[in-house]
Amino acid sequence: MVSTLIPLFVDALANAAIIFFVAFGLTLAFSVLRVLNVAHGSLYSIGAYVAASFGLWIISAGLNPWLTFPALLLSAAFVAALFGPLIEMTLVRWTYGRGEAVQILVTFALFLILEDLQRLVFGVSSLYADTPMALLGISEIGGIIYLNYQLLLIAIAAVALFGTRLFIRHTRTGRLLAVVVADREVSEAMGINTRRIFTLAFTLGVFLAALGGAMATPTMGVAPGLGADTMVLAFAVAAIGGLGQIEGAALAAIIVALVRVLAIYYVPELDAVAPYIVMLLVLLVRPYGLFGKPPVRRI
Amino acid sequence: MSKRMLALIAAVLVLAALPVVFPFTRFMLTLAIAKGFAALGVALLLRAGLISLGHAMYFGLGAYAVAFLSAKAGISDFFVGLIAAAVVSGVAGLIFGAFLVRYRAIFFAMLNLAVSMVLYSLFSKLYGLTGGTDGLRVGVPSFLGWEPARQTFEGVLFFACLILMLGAGWLGHRYLQSPMGQALSAIHTNELRLEYLGVSAWATLLSAYSVSAMLAGIGGALTAMAVGHVLPEYLYWTQSGHLVLTAVLGGFSAVAGPFIGSITLEGIHTLAVGYAAEAWNLIVGAALLGVIFFLPNGIVGLLRGRRAAKAEEVL
Repeated sequence: MVSTLIPLFVDALANAAIIFFVAFGLTLAFSVLRVLNVAHGSLYSIGAYVAASFGLWIISAGLNPWLTFPALLLSAAFVAALFGPLIEMTLVRWTYGRGEAVQILVTFALFLILEDLQRLVFGVSSLYADTPMALLGISEIGGIIYLNYQLLLIAIAAVALFGTRLFIRHTRTGRLLAVVVADREVSEAMGINTRRIFTLAFTLGVFLAALGGAMATPTMGVAPGLGADTMVLAFAVAAIGGLGQIEGAALAAIIVALVRVLAIYYVPELDAVAPYIVMLLVLLVRPYGLFGKPPVRRI
Repeated sequence: MSKRMLALIAAVLVLAALPVVFPFTRFMLTLAIAKGFAALGVALLLRAGLISLGHAMYFGLGAYAVAFLSAKAGISDFFVGLIAAAVVSGVAGLIFGAFLVRYRAIFFAMLNLAVSMVLYSLFSKLYGLTGGTDGLRVGVPSFLGWEPARQTFEGVLFFACLILMLGAGWLGHRYLQSPMGQALSAIHTNELRLEYLGVSAWATLLSAYSVSAMLAGIGGALTAMAVGHVLPEYLYWTQSGHLVLTAVLGGFSAVAGPFIGSITLEGIHTLAVGYAAEAWNLIVGAALLGVIFFLPNGIVGLLRGRRAAKAEEVL
């Protein structure tokens, strides 16, 4: 049984790594801007579409197939540079101080617009670009076969998690981010340009979503509807960990992925339901997530 | 008779006459009114400042209640189906609501979404029970023993929807005028003060939540009968988003708003399908942004005039 479960667990961790990136972006933008971006899943699927198209172009142009790796990163950076500042400076900025109902509605409208734009630009047929996965091949450890690409995904997620910690604690920009999260008004009074920090945090969130999408392309086909599915999953993970908690999102991504593997193994019908059941159970016991703190009730 | 009453009567008469003069509008209007019920349910919660991104589950539960009765129990009566749908969705609303109405803002929106996704996944996976992603077929319902043909039934269904809409509109209006309904808006304004007055926000919200679930269930039941088929997609979260959008587009400061929003949307949809089927969501999304930016009270606010609208700005 162990030998059948271990590959499943690696598979689960690789999926957890991708969902972690998306939930990380969501939770980061939320903790700085206090806006939950319902269109976050669409930015994931746009990242996936751009990366898949770019990868397929590299292959068809006869360039070195190893170029598909930097292409993944470039695609995510491109999506972030294009959509991050654009969305934050127009739509999201307008909603500051207008209540959460307006914020949810505005980003839902954005979600609808982005979903159709993807259909118009990339069409409705699935794209498959698995060159990076094929290039890395497999390795055999102790009689069990692993996909190297999946191991790479897990490593990148771990690096990103610790890298962010270092970034927030030891760089000027990172500390500014933390200060704005802690107290927006005081930081503004101290002369911090919060608008710039908001744009930066939102763009970083978009980048993480797009990167998640780009890194997922070698493992799956990209098809319409991906953004809507990912959105709910990313929110479930972010909510389990506690909205605004980066380590929480990482732990939650692992928990969700493991529960999902166990569900696939024991009760296959419940595979898709598992993340949401975990979310409901966790929030019943801890309404603000595993690491979240309840807000102070102000009169 | 007040001006507003006259306008209402005129609007209903036009609505009733449309399918008689232009038969092709009948199905569209039936569907629009059916979805209007669900939008009205969502609008009730919007008055309390709560956005539910999961009400499609009650819409779906109502639809599946009708389908189950028809496919599994062989009962396909209009009234039995409608009552079953209202009871199932109302009770579900009471059960889930007891846990969900403790939350506010984003958490309320997203927990509703999570519950609806659990139901969505179950309905699309449990093939033996729900027919999986193929859904279930709904036979042509009868009316207390009278079994009309499909064509006749569709005609009768439209007028039944119209009458139900007037009934629900009247009841909804009375509810919002009642102390319970006023307390609902007070939750949005200042929940703490409401509690200091001795009113339980939890009880107020729970009753509103199960009423809204019941309305969504009735909408689902009517849709199932009109379309003749139910699918798990009815419960998907984007459907819930569309319900909120319909309520906001029409405006939720009056009970007529969600129905106006729904009829407007279905109308534009019918027109747009011929020209821009691919860009339908894009059009709706842009329209929603336009309404939020320029008409915070929706179409109803526009009809009522600028000054009246400003005084009761809700969003």
